[in-house]
Amino acid sequence: MSEIASLAAHHILLSAAALGLALLIALPLGLAAARRPRLAGLVLGIAGAIQTIPGLALLALFYPLLLMVGHGVPALGFLPAWLALSLYALLPMLRNVVAGVRGLDPAVIEAADGIGMTGAQRLRLVEAPLAAPVVMAGIRTATVWTIGAATLATTVGAASLGNPIFAGLQTEDWAQVLKGCLASAALALTADGLLALIERGLARRERWSLWLGGVGVALGLLAACAPLVGSSQQTVVVGAKNFSEQYILARLIGARLEKAGYAVSYREGLGSAVALRALRQGDIDVYVDYSGTIWADSMHRDKPESRAQTLAGIAGFLEPAALVGPLGFENAYALAMKKGRGIGDLQGLASVAPSLRLGADLEFLSRPEWRAVQSAYGLRFASQRAYSPTFMYRALESGQADVISAFSSDGRIAADDLAVLADPEHALPGYDAILLVSPNHARDARFLDAVRPLVGAIPVAAMRRANYMVDRDSGKVSPDQAAQWLAAHLERK
Amino acid sequence: MADHGPEVRFEGVTKRFGALAVDGVDCTITPGSLVALVGGSGAGKSTLLRMINRLVEPDAGRLTIGGRDVGEGPAPLLRRRIGYVFQSIGLMPHMTVAENIALPPRVARNGAPDIAKLLEMVELPADYASRRPDALSGGERQRVGVARALATGAKLMLLDEPFGALDPVTRDAIGRRYRDLHDRLGLTSIMVTHDMAEALLLADRVLVMARGRIVADATPAEMLSGQAGPEANALVAVPARQAEAIEALRR
Repeated sequence: MSEIASLAAHHILLSAAALGLALLIALPLGLAAARRPRLAGLVLGIAGAIQTIPGLALLALFYPLLLMVGHGVPALGFLPAWLALSLYALLPMLRNVVAGVRGLDPAVIEAADGIGMTGAQRLRLVEAPLAAPVVMAGIRTATVWTIGAATLATTVGAASLGNPIFAGLQTEDWAQVLKGCLASAALALTADGLLALIERGLARRERWSLWLGGVGVALGLLAACAPLVGSSQQTVVVGAKNFSEQYILARLIGARLEKAGYAVSYREGLGSAVALRALRQGDIDVYVDYSGTIWADSMHRDKPESRAQTLAGIAGFLEPAALVGPLGFENAYALAMKKGRGIGDLQGLASVAPSLRLGADLEFLSRPEWRAVQSAYGLRFASQRAYSPTFMYRALESGQADVISAFSSDGRIAADDLAVLADPEHALPGYDAILLVSPNHARDARFLDAVRPLVGAIPVAAMRRANYMVDRDSGKVSPDQAAQWLAAHLERK
Repeated sequence: MADHGPEVRFEGVTKRFGALAVDGVDCTITPGSLVALVGGSGAGKSTLLRMINRLVEPDAGRLTIGGRDVGEGPAPLLRRRIGYVFQSIGLMPHMTVAENIALPPRVARNGAPDIAKLLEMVELPADYASRRPDALSGGERQRVGVARALATGAKLMLLDEPFGALDPVTRDAIGRRYRDLHDRLGLTSIMVTHDMAEALLLADRVLVMARGRIVADATPAEMLSGQAGPEANALVAVPARQAEAIEALRR
């Protein structure tokens, strides 16, 4: 519960900051546009065009934009979410400021001019109070939109109620998804209700509803700020990419850091390239990546090297961030089949492959790993078909496929009792799970002491079982619970 | 402030909105008089009136109030010295009657007016002060409009079709009351109306406008005796004939 509360607090502050910035822009711009039809057309056109960009894409676009700005401006976390959500909130506010001012009775404006009001007096005494209910209605619309869209901030590394939604979506934990949805919907409804009171107070000139709404909003914001003060503990951020294993490992690491006295927060559901960049910038402090991913995708090396050379190369590449060490298992592409067919490695497979059918995930057949295996072993299958992961395992089970592509740490390998074929030619690159630490903590002994016991301590069998606990269809557990199980099954060095 | 309202003088005042709206008007309004500006629609009477408080800026010519050029200084300061009453009234819907009446002095930072006395002047009950405009009838609203125009103690009043939207009974009552106030307070009043009967009954002097020019300038008595020219005669003929017809019915 306390985690949801803290995410809700972040969610509220992010939304409020975005709405505040949008209002700061929309008010003067809307007032200027209300009396200038061509400016109004331009401004509303731009705001409308922004609105047509899907919220997720708008957030994603701010990441490269802020990277281009550079100069230490953080490209992840609060800043891109704040800016994108502000833009998103602009249209309903602008539209209603323009409509509110344009909707004023011309006789009232003529009277205001006729009795000698200056422009500023007219704005303060006449236009602002009369347009306020319409402007407030726009703020309400923007607020509901923004609180909904703020769940997407999770994807650029800003904490929000989207965290349980995205985590639940990846691990198919619908209770988590529902928790995030309900919390964000409740927040939107509450905010809308309070603003409706203020709008009513403005329209009917009812003091009490103005007060009630205003006090409600103020209390909500104060409560959201409460977690920010008081806690003098140093907060560290654990990152995770967007699949079950990552969520479990993040919780495993987080639990150790908490035990060492750190306040821990999580940035989960990060894209692969985003996660590494976030670590190097210090937006996240620790996470697990895979040697082959960094080797190929970030360092752009195409030839596999020996494991030791690969790890040394990555450690050098990551400076001043640190590679603490490999965890002891790999999450690599591999070929797997049912046990008991007398085939132990890819060489053995090659001789019988022409009579077998290959089932692959949607990506595998177009990846360099597949081409490497093909050319190293001369693999040719009778047929090859791509499946979505769940159906790929079903195809193997039902005999529609004889060999499948798999991730070596996938829980279903243990659950379905599959044999992973060895790769004696080392055609497939290593995908050692490696523990990475941000530059801030690369020489922090207390921090490193807390996480170092994980190095070499997670055998692939344990990781598979933990993954399966989260991935299986029935009786699934949360990543947190799987992490607890994994913590109890670490290999003692 | 002087005992009676200021003189208003037009010298070659011209305004065009694409076409010519006011065409070189020369005219002097005597201090303390109530002058009616009549004419058909599009004759330029409202434009002429609105140039006095610079709701419309003239293209050419000079306009003075009490000898001072209206173009001097910012327009809001000029308008605070002039009462303005117009057909659609423009009461602030979010303010009470009292707040509406007090608005011009408040805007001019000119102290608080005596609301009770102003309400009494326009024959409204004192307890109307706390009502909102939407709780008033059209006639009551325009009475508030007049009280608002008087609130700063301005001696020059501009009235643009002030009673045009009211029913005939209300219109007659407010019109006569206004004439009364005009005399009592020693105002200079310029009133635009399309109703010649109203002009004849209320004004000291009637200016007839057509095509942006003043085509007749006479007292009501001169108007009725046919000395003011063909345009004036055409306008006077209508109420005169109506009055005769009513008289005939009565016999």
